[in-house]
Amino acid sequence: MIAESGHYALVLALALALIQSIVPLVGARLGDAALMNVARSTALAQLLFVGASFTALVMLHVNSDFSVANVYENSHSMKPLLYKITGVWGNHEGSMLLWVSILALFGGLVAAFGNNLPLSLRAHVLAVQAWVASAFYLFILMTSNPFLRIASPPIEGRDLNPVLQDIGLAVHPPMLYLGYVGFSISFSFAIAALMEGRIDAAWARWVRPWTLVAWIFLTLGIAMGSYWAYYELGWGGWWFWDPVENASLMPWLAGTALLHSALVMEKRNALKVWTILLSILTFSLSLLGTFLVRSGVITSVHAFATDPTRGVFILLILCLFIGGSLALFAGRATSLKQGGLFAPISREGALVLNNLLLTVACAVVLFGTLYPLAMEMLADFKMSVGAPFYNLTFAPLFALLLLAVPFGPMLAWKRGDLLGVMQRLLAAGVAGLVVVAIVWAWVRGGSALAPLAIGLGVFVIAGAVTDLVERTGLVRLPFTTVLHRARGLPRSAWGTAFAHAGLGVALIGIVCETTWNSEYIATMKPNEVAHVAGYDLKLDGLFQRQGPNYREMIAEFKISRDGEAVTVMTPSKRSFTTRGSSTTEAALLTRGASQLYVSLGDATAEGAIAVRIYHKPLVLLIWWGPVLMAFGGVLSLSDRRLRVGAPKPARAKQRLQPAE
Amino acid sequence: MTRKQRRMTIIGGSLAVLALAAALVLNALRDSIVFFSTPTMVAEKHVEPGKRFRLGGLVQPGSLQRGDNLAVTFEVADGNAKLPVAFKGILPDLFREGQGVVAEGALDANGVFKADTVLAKHDETYMPKDVADALKKQGHWKDDYDPKASGGSKPAATTAQGNPQGAVR
Repeated sequence: MIAESGHYALVLALALALIQSIVPLVGARLGDAALMNVARSTALAQLLFVGASFTALVMLHVNSDFSVANVYENSHSMKPLLYKITGVWGNHEGSMLLWVSILALFGGLVAAFGNNLPLSLRAHVLAVQAWVASAFYLFILMTSNPFLRIASPPIEGRDLNPVLQDIGLAVHPPMLYLGYVGFSISFSFAIAALMEGRIDAAWARWVRPWTLVAWIFLTLGIAMGSYWAYYELGWGGWWFWDPVENASLMPWLAGTALLHSALVMEKRNALKVWTILLSILTFSLSLLGTFLVRSGVITSVHAFATDPTRGVFILLILCLFIGGSLALFAGRATSLKQGGLFAPISREGALVLNNLLLTVACAVVLFGTLYPLAMEMLADFKMSVGAPFYNLTFAPLFALLLLAVPFGPMLAWKRGDLLGVMQRLLAAGVAGLVVVAIVWAWVRGGSALAPLAIGLGVFVIAGAVTDLVERTGLVRLPFTTVLHRARGLPRSAWGTAFAHAGLGVALIGIVCETTWNSEYIATMKPNEVAHVAGYDLKLDGLFQRQGPNYREMIAEFKISRDGEAVTVMTPSKRSFTTRGSSTTEAALLTRGASQLYVSLGDATAEGAIAVRIYHKPLVLLIWWGPVLMAFGGVLSLSDRRLRVGAPKPARAKQRLQPAE
Repeated sequence: MTRKQRRMTIIGGSLAVLALAAALVLNALRDSIVFFSTPTMVAEKHVEPGKRFRLGGLVQPGSLQRGDNLAVTFEVADGNAKLPVAFKGILPDLFREGQGVVAEGALDANGVFKADTVLAKHDETYMPKDVADALKKQGHWKDDYDPKASGGSKPAATTAQGNPQGAVR
């Protein structure tokens, strides 16, 4: 009964989306406010129904109703409750349902909080949102129905892929989707602007908070996924340049560029056409990511060709939306009026450079992702494009970008003084160079580029601090004035500083981890001791334990340093009987930002076990960086100028707080 | 500066960055691309020792031998040809005889493939895609290998697992 209700709710959501796709546009054409307002109620009702559908699937999983194919294939009655819930989106059908639910959530948010949007703009935005939603509802109902029943229900399910039975699955996909799908809002706003043929600085003010929200979630989602892979896969890697990862990195790069170009548009009314194009491209890359992950084209080009229903459907959606929006852009973009002039050396100029480097870096990742697929399809030979490729292409472009990052916020709008900024950044530059010298003299081994890269990271952080020091007048002015100025500083200025510093922090972590990672791989017998990076790890013994749906073998290590006992680490290896597969649970010891990492290999017949031990210096900075960036984003979002649904200038009088 | 000059500066700058990126990509394509071969292709093409490539096939049943200190040797077969592989390190959780495997490394002077990375995916139904395609092409595909894609929505967790490159040199 629950399955049928869920299915029916989904069909109703589709019907509502279809109404929402057409009626508001007719209303906008006729200038009929009642018809335009249909968008609002249908968007909210759609959210309600798709929410009901999603809840139904969650209930089926929680109740372990194995008469539903999706539950049978991905659940097990003995599975802990948390994983029964997260298992809902640990599979194709369920994750697509989560995708549309989040899409409806964003549509509902625009409907609920978009009261101060011009009526026809809101109608257009919600209609475009409904086009996307309709396409994906159709996709789910026609090719990936999660509510299909099995004629003769089995007694027990096939269990969820053990790797996914982790708290990471509870957090990572929803966050990633909030990011991915969140960019649909800026896409819808861009299409609405093109359809209306009208765009101004106020438009950017509405779009930016939504983009910022999506960007914050995507940043955290990617970082979370990376940390999950790091501790779950058992060999300490945190980024693989896998097509699936690139699929999430590309919208992030384009979205970051969009955040910055929307800033120029809002403040200076320039770069309008480019901002519109970036909005379209960012969501197109999200769709492309969905296609790459969901069509199976990565698993095999040929598998895709033999079972094309899902892949071709998403490909059609992809072509329809990307092709359609770009065609609309080509037709309408010239009619948008060009705005504000600026000199090449200016805040705008710096933001253009930022956009240029980000989009080119994004294009490089796109090339690296699609080139092997294209070669396989066209020339029929296989190759892999991995880390060496991106180290030679993506890394230099990003190094250039980071070098420019501290300059941007310090340049004046319209016409900047590069020499003056260089003088003010002198301290930051010197700090960077001193760190290069210290690292170079202090540390042996590793690439010659490593100290330079660390110096660059320090320069970026020091540059962000310098900007705050300059703005608050720290050092120059009396302390009370500084405090007063610090309080008066817009939150977005703090946000910028945190986000930029986060980049430097992440860079330092990445460089330290890849350069000075020490590792020890061997077979160990009980009572043997391994020495890694100053730590002594004594294998005390191996023992077995029974978990809810697995058996695990635990190895107990006594860790000591300079003869003093530190702690006990217990990495384990779990074997899941239902799927007949095993996972490696690494044990982590955190000291400051560095980590000691122990994971297990196979046990041998003589009672010995293969172990991997890594010491990863400053590895946590890799994820603290993105967390700082996201924190900067949140600060910026709380800036009253950008508060979601900030009042439009014309109605400012009615509000307590003016828009600017 | 006139509007036109400003525009030209921006366009010039964009072209410079694009040219830089294109140069980087072309340079990287020359050096850092790794091609995929099966044992048959290696036998036919006489790959020279020292050239890195990815070798894919099935682990020949009964060929796995463990030596001292995590050294292992096994044979990779694709139905027509076999190639001995030497590796030092911890094999992935899903490495099994008779199953698909992809190894990255180079041939040594004796014609043994020295692998520094062995990849296997974290799913018992999984068959590396290159291996599956190659086997299909040669008509050695059996239906029980069918790699029914497990739809994990977790991108990173389903990525290739193996030793980091150069972990065991």
